[in-house]
Amino acid sequence: MSIETMISYLPLYWKALILTLRIGWMGIVLGIALGLVVALIQHFKIPVLRQIAVVYIELIRNTPLLVQLFFLYYALPRLGLRIDAEACGVLGLSLHGGAYMAEVFRSGLDGVPPIQAQSALALGMTRGQAIRKVILPQAISTSVPAFVANIIFLLKETSVFSAISLMDLMFTAKDLIGLYYTTIECLVLLVIFYLLMLLPVSIIGSIVERKVRYAGFGD
Amino acid sequence: MAETILEVSHITKQYKEGQPVLDDLSLEVHKGEVVVIVGPSGCGKSTLLRTMNALEPIQKGKITYRGQEVRPDAKNITELRQKIGMVFQSYDLFPHKTILENVTLAPVLVQKRNKAEVEEEALKLLDRVNLADRKDDYPRQLSGGQKQRVAICRALAMHPEVMLFDEVTAALDPEMVREVLDVMLELAKQGNTMVIVTHEMAFAKAVADRVVFIDQGKIVEEGSPIDFFEHPKMDRTQKFLNTFSFNKVEKEAE
Repeated sequence: MSIETMISYLPLYWKALILTLRIGWMGIVLGIALGLVVALIQHFKIPVLRQIAVVYIELIRNTPLLVQLFFLYYALPRLGLRIDAEACGVLGLSLHGGAYMAEVFRSGLDGVPPIQAQSALALGMTRGQAIRKVILPQAISTSVPAFVANIIFLLKETSVFSAISLMDLMFTAKDLIGLYYTTIECLVLLVIFYLLMLLPVSIIGSIVERKVRYAGFGD
Repeated sequence: MAETILEVSHITKQYKEGQPVLDDLSLEVHKGEVVVIVGPSGCGKSTLLRTMNALEPIQKGKITYRGQEVRPDAKNITELRQKIGMVFQSYDLFPHKTILENVTLAPVLVQKRNKAEVEEEALKLLDRVNLADRKDDYPRQLSGGQKQRVAICRALAMHPEVMLFDEVTAALDPEMVREVLDVMLELAKQGNTMVIVTHEMAFAKAVADRVVFIDQGKIVEEGSPIDFFEHPKMDRTQKFLNTFSFNKVEKEAE
């Protein structure tokens, strides 16, 4: 294993990391927003939208991200809708993440006792005020562990982006191996860069978990 | 007689098919009056209280607060609910808010009152129930009785005209029951209008201006606490009251 070779690859890996993070975070943030909306639709049993939400979640959770990306990248242009690879990555990841995040938020919402909403209403709050000030903060607090696990899961899922020719970490490693046969160096670097990306998320996640752990204790 | 604040008029509440939970029931609550509702479990007394705050829909009849209809879908229901305070059995404080925030949240959010002013008032209320020093704690750090006293402050901070208490001591240990009941006795003494559902008969006798006995969704008997507890007119009432007294055990001769 040549350390020199590895050092010479660093700029390429760095570039790939930035791309992975850019797509990853945009996709995840949009996925969180989408998941929250879908979860609220399901929790409050909004007609029609609720059925659409179920179809969406089952469709996404029971097909691989790779298939979804292929669909967005290769099939949509046939239907006259052309979007570039990076936008495909963001869109694919947010649709994928939205379904998983929706389930997390929904279990959080279902975990807040109904009496909490009733006591908020009894104090004269509107439904919207009760949701924003009483229900959501508690639901999010109990969702945090699953939420953090989902973010890490989604960031790892970005490794399939190479299949739609996005130069992410996986793509860069495969490319360099193909060009120079420096298999060990490339794979070790790959592991290091994934850890570099994901360890901080894990650490920040567990700090946040500890900070918001007020709900459900001492009853 | 003092003016009527809440008027329940011939209401029926039914879950799908079967026996109605509330059956053509009528009740009036007057200003400054303490009405205590008693009855066996499942008789509909808690449901009645919840309908008075529009937390439960009714199928027939009408509930009015000073002439305005109290319905879950009423346009001004949030305003009406501010006038009709409610305290629940399970105290259900907001676990993510401190004790002080629990009390100040709704007045600031709903009534758009000045935060500093509300905080000052909240501290006075908490002081009255001897919990001012716990203002920065979270609900999980308090005992059941303390939480229930905070819940009462939280409802009072909205300046309601009538307070509904739904079996507020039923989930508490005996010693904590007393500290909560004392707060309610104090409120009654100050002339507050209250509707109380309770299983504490000695308390009912002490606090009530009028006792209402409900069974199977209907009012069986109502009257002053003395008439009700000492001279009940109906057999059903007597039978219910008997469940609260015990005869000294006479050992069987061997």
